[in-house]
Amino acid sequence: MGHTLFDKIWDSHVVTQETGSPAVLYIDLHLVHEVTSPQAFFGLRERGLKVRRPDKTVATVDHSIPTHDRSLPITDALAAKQLDQMATNARDFGIPLYGIGSDRQGVVHVIGPELGLTQPGMTIVCGDSHTATHGACGALAFGIGTSEVEHVLATQCLLQTRPQTFQVQVDGRLQPGVSPKDIILALIARIGIGGGTGHVIEYTGSAIRSLSMEGRMTVCNMSIEGGARAGMVAPDDTTFEYLHGRPFAPQGAAWDAAVARWRKLPSDDGAAYDKTVRLDASALEPMITYGTNPGMGAPITGRVPDPASVTDAAQRRALDKALAYMALQPGQSLLGHPIDVVFIGSCTNGRLSDLQAAAQVLKGRKVSPTVRALVVPGSQKVKAEAEAEGLHRIFMEAGCEWREPGCSMCIAMNGDQLQPGQYAVSTSNRNFEGRQGPGGRTFLASPLTAAASAVAGAITDVRTMLA
Amino acid sequence: MEPFTTLISRVVVLPNENIDTDQIIPARFLKATDKAGMGDNLFADWRYDRDGNPKPDFVLNRPESQGCRVLLAGDNFGCGSSREHAPWALMGYGFQAVISTSFADIFRNNSLKNGLLPIIVDAATHRRLLDQLAADPAGPVMVDLASQTLRLPDGSAVVFSIDGFSKDCLLEGVDQLGYLLKRDMRIQAYEAAHPAPVLTI
Repeated sequence: MGHTLFDKIWDSHVVTQETGSPAVLYIDLHLVHEVTSPQAFFGLRERGLKVRRPDKTVATVDHSIPTHDRSLPITDALAAKQLDQMATNARDFGIPLYGIGSDRQGVVHVIGPELGLTQPGMTIVCGDSHTATHGACGALAFGIGTSEVEHVLATQCLLQTRPQTFQVQVDGRLQPGVSPKDIILALIARIGIGGGTGHVIEYTGSAIRSLSMEGRMTVCNMSIEGGARAGMVAPDDTTFEYLHGRPFAPQGAAWDAAVARWRKLPSDDGAAYDKTVRLDASALEPMITYGTNPGMGAPITGRVPDPASVTDAAQRRALDKALAYMALQPGQSLLGHPIDVVFIGSCTNGRLSDLQAAAQVLKGRKVSPTVRALVVPGSQKVKAEAEAEGLHRIFMEAGCEWREPGCSMCIAMNGDQLQPGQYAVSTSNRNFEGRQGPGGRTFLASPLTAAASAVAGAITDVRTMLA
Repeated sequence: MEPFTTLISRVVVLPNENIDTDQIIPARFLKATDKAGMGDNLFADWRYDRDGNPKPDFVLNRPESQGCRVLLAGDNFGCGSSREHAPWALMGYGFQAVISTSFADIFRNNSLKNGLLPIIVDAATHRRLLDQLAADPAGPVMVDLASQTLRLPDGSAVVFSIDGFSKDCLLEGVDQLGYLLKRDMRIQAYEAAHPAPVLTI
């Protein structure tokens, strides 16, 4: 029987598998950020341990960092302390840090691929559930907790039970106005937010193959919102073209050897998955969420579902609670619902192509006077490239705030947040209660939908704005 | 980590499905650089009003919830982010076990590494437990990890599953880093045989 992409990477990273114990899995790259690492470094100090492989570790700051002018002081004392602690830990343990002031600083899942640190066939972890993003390059990448961060720092290994495999096959062609974000929101609406629990997803099919690397990253990024710790796409020429010439990508003869190795990674014909789901990309519309978890999503022309039509009692209660929090009525149209804030950014949709998509809609238009629109590039590199193309001028002329890179309003740790009761259309990944600020209400959507909604001041079908 | 053996406790019931880690501990409390005080912020946005006063109708604020060591929650508990602050907050409050029909993968891993026992029961058992606690909110449950048994308030017992490795770690109160550190020779051998695909320095 053939092997899947997942099988090949897993099998080549098992250091030892003893009877009755989980596998000891070797980790090729450990990404570290300021929020989930301080207690791990504390643990190392307490035990008198070093970082085993600082040369397989890299840190940045993204979650609690302000996105205003970086020359201004950080007013949040706790955030400042956490950022200082990251710098101290990196220095004390010899870990490279792309901190404040570095031209490589950015959201950890944006900078990994863009620096070429993320490569096919690798195992990659980070104390962050959106680590699945890196799977777009054909790596096995997943989020871990702080205890596991400490394990990897100390041993470069993790104790892991082999997960099951889940093929998500997406065929067909996306229609104009429909984007990779809509694929993943449609998938999660279909399988539910626990649908991938215990599994690693491999995204296959012609629609996935025709996506850009950045599009694949958006899809893989939200695997965790479907319950799967990892999502992957088999490497192909699109992957190799993307990686070639990046700072940490192999060069010269080493590049050719690496590509030859990477070409052997895709799943063998006839390889078996533990389960499979198929989606038709051609039939997808722009998606938007209406509830308080990412599985509560619908086509943008749809209506808010009626709890009375839900047969399962627990699900009916959950929908009732979600609609009460969102202050939405069963059966109401999503289109035209007024909004207060638009957030364009995050590890899901903070890359150059996302900003290009939003700018395409905002060019020559104005953000509604009732809307605050934030555009937060995913990294310093994304920011520089966007500015080189003049995208920042399009955003600012439209009335958007053009900010410094970070997680920003996706997680609302840094002061960028909704006020109680406000509605946002957000390109981020979670619409949980209070996620973007206590009492804030989130509609998740694509950069195209977010930009169109910013202009109209209400949830809008971008297809009505595209020429 | 304290060894986990047996536990007898009344139960806090929070039957919502898909309780995510942003509810267990909102992100603004993740700026801490230690684990102190996490329990005070457990379920902060459900537990306190905007001025920081306890909401009397939230279950954790009711007098009968004080001293409970077991939480009964709806399906897919702990979904969302990888923050280990979630089990730290639950344990900081005093919980030692959470019962649900399923847990999100990362939350489950994080819990086991901290001595918080995630107990998975089938839907019928979950329903029975809810019914019994509705009839008698003070009904205690007993958890015996060695025999992997959950005893319901009516005295009936169900067996729950847990992987042997995690169970041994919990029973002995040892963390998993020790296991990895003892495999240093094997890790060295692996590194010698596998050139690094990328070096960050």
